Amino acid sequence: MTLTAPTRTMSAESGSGATVELRGVVKNYGAMQALSGIDLDLQPGEFVALLGPSGCGKTTALRALSGLETIDAGSILIDGVDVASTPTNKRDIGMVFQSYSLFPHMTVVENVEFGLRMRKVQKAQRRERATEALEMVGLGAHGTRFAHQLSGGQQQRVALARALVTRPRVLLLDEPLSALDAKVRVQLREEIRRITRDLGITTVFVTHDQEEALAIADRVAVMRAGRIEQIGTPRELYATPATPFVADFVGLTSRVPGEVVGGAVVVHGVTLPLLGEPQPDGPVTALIRPEDVVLAEPGAPDVIEATVVESSFLGSLRRTRFLLADGSTVAVQHDVAVHPQAGDRAYLRLKRNAVAASPIPTGDTAT
Amino acid sequence: MTVKNSVRIGTEPNAVARWVILGVVGIVFAFPILAMVEFTFRDGLSGAHTLDHWTGLFDEDAARTYRNLFTGIGNSLLLAVVTVGIVLVVLLPTMILVHLQFPRLRRVLEFICIVPITVPAIVLVVGLAPVYSVVVQVAGGSIWTLAFAYGITVLPYAYRAIQSNLDAVDVVTLSEAGRTLSADWGRVLWFILLPNLKRGVLAASFISVAVVLGEFTIASLLNRVNLQTALLQIGSSDPYVAIIFALLALLFAFVLLVSIGRIGRSRRTGSDS
Repeated sequence: MTLTAPTRTMSAESGSGATVELRGVVKNYGAMQALSGIDLDLQPGEFVALLGPSGCGKTTALRALSGLETIDAGSILIDGVDVASTPTNKRDIGMVFQSYSLFPHMTVVENVEFGLRMRKVQKAQRRERATEALEMVGLGAHGTRFAHQLSGGQQQRVALARALVTRPRVLLLDEPLSALDAKVRVQLREEIRRITRDLGITTVFVTHDQEEALAIADRVAVMRAGRIEQIGTPRELYATPATPFVADFVGLTSRVPGEVVGGAVVVHGVTLPLLGEPQPDGPVTALIRPEDVVLAEPGAPDVIEATVVESSFLGSLRRTRFLLADGSTVAVQHDVAVHPQAGDRAYLRLKRNAVAASPIPTGDTAT
Repeated sequence: MTVKNSVRIGTEPNAVARWVILGVVGIVFAFPILAMVEFTFRDGLSGAHTLDHWTGLFDEDAARTYRNLFTGIGNSLLLAVVTVGIVLVVLLPTMILVHLQFPRLRRVLEFICIVPITVPAIVLVVGLAPVYSVVVQVAGGSIWTLAFAYGITVLPYAYRAIQSNLDAVDVVTLSEAGRTLSADWGRVLWFILLPNLKRGVLAASFISVAVVLGEFTIASLLNRVNLQTALLQIGSSDPYVAIIFALLALLFAFVLLVSIGRIGRSRRTGSDS
């Protein structure tokens, strides 16, 4: 795929920067509740990612916002107006789908023009705006091609141009990068962020990829079983997860047995501050980030003896998994110059950073 | 045994094998058709050949001589048009609606549409006879009312043609994309779905036309005149003309079916990258 740099930028005109509010939105599929009373507020121009495992309700929430799914209770407000009963075609939204959704019988430029055509924009103006939108996504020279002549990344760029050309009030992105290879994903997500920031458009981005969500969004809403577990900036979510599920889902974590004593967690003799709500004294599973564990010299204070299980080269760093005496494993990220071999004896030290802890050791598994 | 010499099951035959298969099958089909063509040039039992049977179609009194046949042709064409109309107005929207909104009903619809192929035409007529006694009272005895029965007989073929196209296109995502781009359902249908279902719709239409042009049993048993009943009738007095029109009907159906294969390629001329 050829990735060319955008040469022009669409101006941020009417339609950009609407407020979006979801109030107690409920959606049932028979006996299953896909959305259990979701509340979500988006400020004008804000980029919010809905993050969660499969089946958590993130796509349902997006589709409810678009009008492609009806809701059973609650309200959806765009710029303060309840659109819950407004059909999709009258909500003034733009949407990019997970699967390639370009109309196969139309050329690229005809695809981009389609929304303007439905809004009865004059032909000359349609062509000008469509060309401008295509140049914005770096595909100005591809207007006469058909969808089957484009790569996956190019198709999603055209879909983005098509969604934005009408200058919608809200942009909805339903895992638009999931079908692309890793390199194109990173390039395209950065472009999506740049374009939405330039246009100042309010954006909701659904993904199951926590790295993607943390990299692209102003705020991330972590969803689980039809509810929002926590919403906050990527830094807040990572540094101060409200629940063990969030800690486990956002970022790589190791699960290590510990014990709550007087509001702190004791792990292998090291007392660590406890994140979130106070918990009663007793056994817990502590959730520890790889960067909160470091390699140590034998004999140093508070070291934990461990055995190397496996070690992976990740380019700028190396991630090694160690087996502790209690049978749990802990991941450590360290300098690539250190190359532990499986079976080697090693010594670890826990940084005294706050950790989340789950009172139910066997619960809360994130995928 | 080396890989080179082994025969892989499920692979395509080579070019020579393909031409041999095509040739054998072609001969099987061509032989009776060529015999029919040759028959239309025969001069009775003399063994000689003549163009009289063909040129006789253009005689001044041909319209009177073959009036019943021309009526049958006109009736069959009218029935073909109305039957295609029924397919496009009733079956196509129903299938799209079920595909988009009621996917759980798909199996039920498929069963209903396939059933007519399992019912012999004679059995269908026995069931339709009392229905048509009511139809005649309501809509009169015009020939076009036979299209209601033909609409049922073409269901399996039309259903298959449209369904295969529906399965090949991501209709749900395309229609959702259209709706997010401000298109209402009517525009989604007209601007997005129909162009992408063109191949299936035209295939269903052409197959329906071919079925209607070849239909004899229902028309005969319900005492209607169509191409096939007229051909049978004229065949008893002038077998040469009957064969000529049978050949022309066959040629027409052949052209329709060849057209199906060419539809849908017109705009997609670019190569995949």
